[in-house]
This record gives sequence, structure tokens and C-alpha cells, in this order.
Amino acid sequence: MAKRVAIVGTGQTFHKSHRPDVNGQELINEAVQRALVDANLKMKDISAILIGNMDHFEGINYVDCWSVDGSGGVMKPVIKLTTGGTTGASLAIGGYHMVASGMFEKVLIIGWEKNSESDTTGAITTAFDPIWDRQVFAGAISGLAAEAQGYMARFGACDRDAARVSVRDRKHATNNPHAQLRKEVTLEEVLASPMLADPIHLLDVCPRTDGACAVIMANEDVAGKICSVPDWIWATAARHSYTYLGDGDWGRLTSMEKCSKEIWKKTGIKEPRKEIDVIEMYQPYSFAGLIWIEDMGIVGHGEAPQYIWDGNTDMGGELPVNPSGGVIACNPIGATGLIRCAEAAMQVMGKADARQVPDVNFAVSTGFGGCMWTDMLLHGKKKPN
Amino acid sequence: MAEKEQLIIESGDASQPFAYAVGMHGSKFFTETRDNKRFMGLKCPKCGKVYIPPRGVCGQCFVEMNDWVEVGPKGVIGTFTILRFAFIDPETGHQKPVPYGYGFIKLDGADTLLQHYIALEDESKVKVGARVEPVFAKDRKGSTRDVEYFRVID
Repeated sequence: MAKRVAIVGTGQTFHKSHRPDVNGQELINEAVQRALVDANLKMKDISAILIGNMDHFEGINYVDCWSVDGSGGVMKPVIKLTTGGTTGASLAIGGYHMVASGMFEKVLIIGWEKNSESDTTGAITTAFDPIWDRQVFAGAISGLAAEAQGYMARFGACDRDAARVSVRDRKHATNNPHAQLRKEVTLEEVLASPMLADPIHLLDVCPRTDGACAVIMANEDVAGKICSVPDWIWATAARHSYTYLGDGDWGRLTSMEKCSKEIWKKTGIKEPRKEIDVIEMYQPYSFAGLIWIEDMGIVGHGEAPQYIWDGNTDMGGELPVNPSGGVIACNPIGATGLIRCAEAAMQVMGKADARQVPDVNFAVSTGFGGCMWTDMLLHGKKKPN
Repeated sequence: MAEKEQLIIESGDASQPFAYAVGMHGSKFFTETRDNKRFMGLKCPKCGKVYIPPRGVCGQCFVEMNDWVEVGPKGVIGTFTILRFAFIDPETGHQKPVPYGYGFIKLDGADTLLQHYIALEDESKVKVGARVEPVFAKDRKGSTRDVEYFRVID
């Protein structure tokens, strides 16, 4: 019997570039313990666990098995899920499906990564086709740079517009004690930072991070008893497409457009710009902060730079984006999408402390990865009809 | 015992070789490039889209493709970047020589883009829409390396 689903607790590590003090299992446990405390639940209350990361990043498979002492999965149903960069958001959607099915009352969802344990660019490259993609591909930055070049050629934006996004997110991160990078930068500092792959500067992109995130979802029979303001999941959408890297429409994120249209249609949202109160976007580099809010339908094609310059996406603006500082400030890859979900939930639940946006009724969280994939969730304060 | 000692165990220079099948469509593409210096794509009988690299099914229409068409060899830059940061190439274990041009090339007659190197003879000419041609390797063995790079001809 299908059930409505809410997030009733979240937990995160204090994300760092390198956590040599803990192994993977211990890192996972930190996030799990915090989520249980947040929800005031015990491990015995949890019906099932969904866990994931980019397992080839650490070169250790079967995290669902080896982490059980830390995850709390001893003799419980544990499922592993991995979908590239989208992993964390796919975990959230998968957990939603499990609880919504009526077969599991409370599901613990865990995303984690120890990016310090391998070379991230090398690891990402090996996620792509060995025959056709790997000869010239150079990890995430090269693909993102190709997207940015395509967007600039078609819509006339420039690297200064993108730098404004990086300035925003890095400023927001100073309000988030869990973010890895908590230092403000200026436009000039972004533009003067080393060019990695034209047009992306060092300060335009995300770091590599060790971190974990846990989220507890519960069905409508118990969610209201566990916490006074649950974060209700109103809708989810996922679009994954890729055979070879050259198949993409470089300069537009079609998967984002399809996901957002599906969610607005499912929930009757007519003017997302007015009806959504905050967005936690999996935005691994600054140009995505321009391109993807256009594809999401917040503004029209080519209109994002002005919208950003006018301060609309800053804290206190019309539609704040990434109050947490987002992915540019912190990127434990298998956890990153789930952190977006947790941060959106905290906004709805009123638990976001110094990064709280006032009166959040609707929040959006997204995941990005694989090859230009999008996962998306709509979170709401009211219980959906 | 030092309480704050945090040990790291390194995997060392372990390596694991793989043997990837190119498949029948990719094999035809590479033998044509190797033997005749031409690029072959597959056309979808339903939507008409011409795919490079060739593959057996148009994912959008989900129908089998058998209609081979010659594309290129010239084309235009669909999008590109210039890689400037040094990184270890997991294919070789060595640092990739930078800077290098990374092009997504729309070969004449194709609807998807072929990835390859773009020569940086004059960086100011490397831009979206610039016309390019392939420079074939003298010794061709049947892989993407049978083209050394594309160069801007505008």
C-alpha cells in the first residue's frame, strides 16, 4: 500500500580534504550517529539501509557488506546503489521508493566518499568508455569545460558571470560548519586563479573531500510522531542518458529540463521562481549555476547572468541557491547529492541554523553526475495531498 | 605508543590489464579508418540521425541501425576546451602532456560529436564553429589513435 514519505532526521560529518583519523566504516558511523540523534531514534527502529558511493574511487567494492558495523546494517536488509555523481541523490530517490512502497517503515540512507584515498581525475576517467572516451577525456573538469564553452558560444555569457556564482557559494559556505572550504573570495581572485581547462579557473570548481551524510526517511504513519516538522517529499524525478560523451547537447542540461518539467507538472507548480523558496543544487562548478537554473525553468535561456548579478540567488534574495555553500565548497562525491537533500530537508524543518532561509515551504534538491545526468527532489513543509 | 599516529597503507604499483571488445560496429569504423582513411557512421531508419561513434541501436527510437553512411572527414568544432592542468592519465600511468586541445567535432554529415585532440597551432582560432580536418597517423592500427589530431583549417 503506497505511503507518503518524509525525512525525519539528517546527519553529516564535518567534511575535510583528508580524514586519516578514520577509515571508511568509521566515517560512515559519524554521519549515522548524528542522523539517529537528530531523529531521536535507535538503530533497532530502522527497517532497512540504503548505502552508496563511487566504489571504484577507493578501489574497494561491497560497501554494503564491509561497513555494517559502522552503518548499523548488521543483520538488516542492506542495499547498495551507485550512479556516479548522482549517487547521493539517487540514494534519496531509492529510499523514497522503498518507504513509499509501504514495505519499509523507516529507511536509513547513507552516502559517503573518501576522495583522499585515490586520484579523483583518474578514477572519474575510468568511469567512461575505454575505446571512445578515454583518449582525450580528462575527468570531470574537461567535460564541464566543454559544457561551459558550448553555453558561452550559444548564449553570450562570460567567465565573470560565472565567477559571481563562485563568489556567492563560497560566501554562503562561511555559514556552514560542515563545509570543507569556508573562505570568501572576490571576483578578481576567482578570475586570477589558475586556468585548469578553458574557461574554468581553479576557484570555479569543487574540491575533493572526505565526508559522509545520512538521512532517515519514514512513512506517514510515523513521521509526525518522530518529529514535529517533517520534511515531506512531494515528488522525485531522474533522467540518466549517455552512451558516448559526444552524444550530448553541450551547453544545455536536457536532463535537468526534463526532471524539472516532470516535477512541476506532478505537483502543479506553475511559477517555480515564485513558488520555490530555496534550491540546494548539485552544482560542481560555477558555470552550472548559470546554465542549470535556466534549464530548471527558473529563468529563460540566456537570462541567468543578470538574474545572478541582481542578487536574486544570494541569501536574502528572491530565491537563494546553495545556502550551504554547495558543491564548490565541499564535495565528498558519493555523499554530495545526499547532502543537497539533507540541506534542503533542514531548510524545510527549520534546522539550518546560520544558513536558514526564512519561511521555507518548498525546497528543491538535485544531483548531477555520470554524464550530464540529473536527479531531483521537491521537498515541502505541508503533507502532500 | 603515539596516540596521534595515523597510518596510511599504500597499494603500490599494482596494475590490472583489461581486454575490451570493440564490437562489430566499432570494428568496422576502425578498419575503415585504418585502411581507407574514412569515417563511417550509422543512420537511424526512423529519426534519420547519423551516429558517430557507430552503435547498433538508436537509443531514442530504440530501433536497430544497419544503414552505413560516410561522414567527414572534415567538420566543425561543436565544443572544446584546452586542458592546462597536469594530471595522471589512468590509461598510461604517466602525466598527460599539457596544454592540449580537447575537441568535440561535428563531422560533416554526422549528428553526434567525435572526441579528439585539436592542435593548438594558433589558440585564437580554436573556437566553437571553427572548421577542422583530421591528420591521420602514418602507422594505423585500428583505434582512435589512427587519427593523430584535428587541425583548424579556417
